[in-house]
Amino acid sequence: MFESLQQNLNSALKTLRGRGRLSESNMRDGLRLVQRALLEADVSLPVVKDFMERVSEQAVGESVLKSLDPTQQLIGIVGRELVDLMGPVDHSLHLRSDVSVLMLCGLQGSGKTTTCGKLGRLIHQRGKKPMLVAADLQRPAAIKQLQVLGEQLDIPVYADLGAKDPVALCHAAVKHAKASDADVVILDTAGRLHVDAELMEQLSLIDRRIGPDQVYLVVDAMTGQDAVNSAKVFNEALELDGVIMTKLDGDARGGAALSVKAVTGVPIKFVGVGEHLDDLEEFHPDRMTGRILGMGDVLTLVEQAQQRFDHEEMAEQEARLRKGEFTLDDFKKMLGQTKKLGPMNKIMGMLPGMGAMSDMLGEVDAEKDMRRLAGIVDSMTPDERRNPSKVVDQSRRRRIAAGAGVEPHEVNELVKQFDGMADMMKRMSNMGMRDRMRAMQDISKGGMLNPGGKLSKQKISTGKRLSPKDRVKLRKEREREVRRKKREVKRK
Amino acid sequence: MGLFDKLKQGLRKTTQLLNTDIRDLFKSEGRMVDAAFLEELFETLVKTDMGVEAAQETVDQIGETFRGRVVEMADVLEEIKKYLKKLLAQPPEPIRFASTGPTVIMVAGVNGCGKTTTIAKLAGMFQADGKKIVLGAADTFRAAAVEQLTIWAERLGAEIVTGPSGSDPASVAHRAVAKAIELGADVCIVDTAGRLQTQQNLMQQLTKIHRVLGKQIADAPHEVILVLDATTGQNGISQARHFTEAVSCTGLILAKLDGTAKGGVVVAIRKRVGLPVKYVGVGEKAEDIALFKPDPFVDAMFADVG
Repeated sequence: MFESLQQNLNSALKTLRGRGRLSESNMRDGLRLVQRALLEADVSLPVVKDFMERVSEQAVGESVLKSLDPTQQLIGIVGRELVDLMGPVDHSLHLRSDVSVLMLCGLQGSGKTTTCGKLGRLIHQRGKKPMLVAADLQRPAAIKQLQVLGEQLDIPVYADLGAKDPVALCHAAVKHAKASDADVVILDTAGRLHVDAELMEQLSLIDRRIGPDQVYLVVDAMTGQDAVNSAKVFNEALELDGVIMTKLDGDARGGAALSVKAVTGVPIKFVGVGEHLDDLEEFHPDRMTGRILGMGDVLTLVEQAQQRFDHEEMAEQEARLRKGEFTLDDFKKMLGQTKKLGPMNKIMGMLPGMGAMSDMLGEVDAEKDMRRLAGIVDSMTPDERRNPSKVVDQSRRRRIAAGAGVEPHEVNELVKQFDGMADMMKRMSNMGMRDRMRAMQDISKGGMLNPGGKLSKQKISTGKRLSPKDRVKLRKEREREVRRKKREVKRK
Repeated sequence: MGLFDKLKQGLRKTTQLLNTDIRDLFKSEGRMVDAAFLEELFETLVKTDMGVEAAQETVDQIGETFRGRVVEMADVLEEIKKYLKKLLAQPPEPIRFASTGPTVIMVAGVNGCGKTTTIAKLAGMFQADGKKIVLGAADTFRAAAVEQLTIWAERLGAEIVTGPSGSDPASVAHRAVAKAIELGADVCIVDTAGRLQTQQNLMQQLTKIHRVLGKQIADAPHEVILVLDATTGQNGISQARHFTEAVSCTGLILAKLDGTAKGGVVVAIRKRVGLPVKYVGVGEKAEDIALFKPDPFVDAMFADVG
């Protein structure tokens, strides 16, 4: 998300940084760069001007120019103002104890129906009983689309294929919900242009008749300068309670988020970040600003990890690790869990200082790598998975490679990598908490010195390397043994 | 009023924010073209979504021509329009039909940009010319996308080839072309699932569809259309670039131009990617499609500022 904005701001601020001490004139140059960056990111012009005025006022002030690190100071100001601009935020859906009604509206193609499904899933996850209402009678097959989503999510969908009037349909739907056991009704209205007076009137009629508890505007993150125009009109017609940004998983700079919030004053509640129905996240201006300024978004990652890792599986693995058992099956499970977090470069982008790294990764398809590794493991017998370095010989290696559709050396690489990992796991299982932390630190240090390097197996005594003296002794023993055998043969 | 006062006035205006209408720039007696004036002009241009680079170039052009002069609004506007028209100048770019056999048209774009509706409009337009159409519903990913195109096909009375949800879109595309050949149709339009240009695997899938389309007819697809939402901002450049890389697009169709968005990003796309605009979509009905003409388009970009 916001990565390009982040990049542009970074380069703008880097220019500032290179100049050392700031004067008022080059501070103004820097501010102009920030302004350009925001405009390139599709933040609407009025919003940019307002923003820049507030930042300039503080940035050109005396305290900044005299401070030890003016650049840091400016980053601080820009960051704070961005947080202010996008916040405060309110993630609550304000659900009532009886039946709550949520309404989604927006331009055509902004992603209302998909968001409707995602929101339903989220509410369902929180232990409520949502019901989706197909109130888009305009677009061909919109009803069918919502029905399919409902089926996938196992959430009831209220639809009436013969309906002509969305107002009456919504009315009937709410009535139906009250009669059944659903407690959250989500209305998926038809997409419409904000300049279409007739359809806007219809929308406000639904609003008046049904009186939804919450009205959300769904906005495409790729929208340009026009975002303010449409958001303003929708807000005037409906008094929005929140905004949901969609398609933030692309390289859209997402400036519309800033614009819509600034113009309507309505908080951004959620952001859509993927094709799948669980790709709806709470919007956090502070984290987002952190990302914009390259400070990473570790919190989101942790949250995702908690949500998506299978806790039981994790506990089981943990127990096995404690016992020092670590097999390729465990390794594969770990890969799978990492994958659940999302695309590798998305994860990288969330880690501090890794924004640039995820760009470098760009062309390397980490998921493909992970899939290939999993494929190799899948082609192994249970025995091979338990103890690959001992069991897998040349012929087995060839067989596994053929089964997984890879080159034999790739199998070797995996086994080597696994060896290093298993070794570490075993060592760690015998360690106390403090030693474990230290070991982790060593690993991360090593990783930094040798990025892209693999875990290597620590060299330990195999008990096989002998001193010359030992070798002489052993040879004599062997010769003695041979002589003894020869004597026995002769005697017979 | 001395020169200095005017300069000061201009500077004050820069700090005055929001909604600077181009009309504010020019009072009845005309204004001095100075740095502050050019800055305001720049902002006005940026509002059309044409992008910082294109706006800056236009402003530089104006600065060169008019610096130090007192100008009338009409003069400057004329100059800007002239420049943009020159930039966008292209002969009308209707769909080029194959000399023999069915013309295969592939349609791609990001999610929700208006691909399916645009296909319906194209099909309606060709049918009005008495052409026989086969539609290929190769969006097997999004829920009910196939149904959406099927409904359009029924409305238009066009032939349609579909596949089950989740099946390989390339196979649907292949069968659509086969069907077009079998029926001796004039045009085969293949719909694809919306995808963000940064999703590598999905873009590869698109490349595959493109490749498969060429299997039965040597130079197919004859046209690869990128549908662009007119409200799109600078991300449109990235869309044009990535889609062109993946499937060598032959042109753009600018959809949803009936709102307040100006679609200025096509200026930036033209400059950076060089993709021509073929048609514009101006409404929800099948007949709401028009051949793109640079002159009226540029005029419309500034329609609300005089």
